[in-house]
Amino acid sequence: MTSEVTIGAAECPECAALLAVPRGTVAGEILPCGECLAELEVTLLEPLTLALAPEVEEDWGE
Amino acid sequence: MSPTKVGLVCSRVRVEEKMLLEAFSRRPGVEVVQIDDDLIQAPLAGGAEPTGPAGDLRGCDVVLLRGLGHLRQLALARLVEAWGIPVVNPAEVLDTCGDKLRTTLALAAAGVPTPPARVAFTVEAALVAVEELGYPCVVKPTVGSWGRLVARLNDRDAAEAVLEHKALLGGALHKVLYLQAYIEKPGRDLRAFVLDGQTVAVIGRRSGHWITNTARGARAEAVVVSGELASICARAAGAVGGGALAVDLLEGPEGLLVNEVNSTMEFRNSVAPTGVDIPSLLVDHALALAERR
Repeated sequence: MTSEVTIGAAECPECAALLAVPRGTVAGEILPCGECLAELEVTLLEPLTLALAPEVEEDWGE
Repeated sequence: MSPTKVGLVCSRVRVEEKMLLEAFSRRPGVEVVQIDDDLIQAPLAGGAEPTGPAGDLRGCDVVLLRGLGHLRQLALARLVEAWGIPVVNPAEVLDTCGDKLRTTLALAAAGVPTPPARVAFTVEAALVAVEELGYPCVVKPTVGSWGRLVARLNDRDAAEAVLEHKALLGGALHKVLYLQAYIEKPGRDLRAFVLDGQTVAVIGRRSGHWITNTARGARAEAVVVSGELASICARAAGAVGGGALAVDLLEGPEGLLVNEVNSTMEFRNSVAPTGVDIPSLLVDHALALAERR
């Protein structure tokens, strides 16, 4: 399911909605689910795989 | 001639990392090895050679650490330095900037103006420190960022409540109580981007809230780099060990004060208002380290 603007679609692990992943997306990027608004991490491009992004940890930052 | 191999280490690819990848892609003779630090396991002793992602890291000419976790980055910097590979930023710099107590001590030792600050380890002792600093004052975790868990103590009641919560609910890191005088500021603070001691861009971070992190919604505006600003930034950078830094300053009633120094700069909101290609300059900095190797 690729197109000029997407590289495919994958299922949101939280709400099972089908999420179109924009072209130019790289592994490790965070995308919000349009349905449930969960933050999702693109863990693999081939096959396109999404996982719930980890919560912010105590020592995260600049 | 073999390409210069740059290790870009991160577990989450944010706007900044995409900007850096784009900037590296414009450089001829450069190969970027993107490494997910979630996947790294590396030998520390025993003579084994690193393999997998750690082996990829070992083969780099310079390593740019862009991970989110301070303690993980510090460990990686120590590992990479032990292999003799230059790293942005060096472990000593990460160690100093990642701990507000260490930063304050380094700034004070170098005579860089910084807000009055104290450390205490019990609620009772912290209350004495707070009374001596005066109200309002600020309590901050020594390790942390983005304004997280920073609290303004406006009066004795607030101080007692916040300190009691930290004592009862906080983890070990929160038992070291870092207290800082509150500095009245003109609705903004300053964020300077400093590379090798040179201030390359400055933004003002304007917010109606007293916490002025852009991660918390503050608006960025360009600020002209004055001689005074460049000078204090250079001194602050020198105090923490140099490298690629984001220096946060307050415009206090008696002049500029260095509030914090950040060793893994975020710049997504600063390129447009300043017109300065900060990711490209960071790439220059990393490649210069590889060349000097």
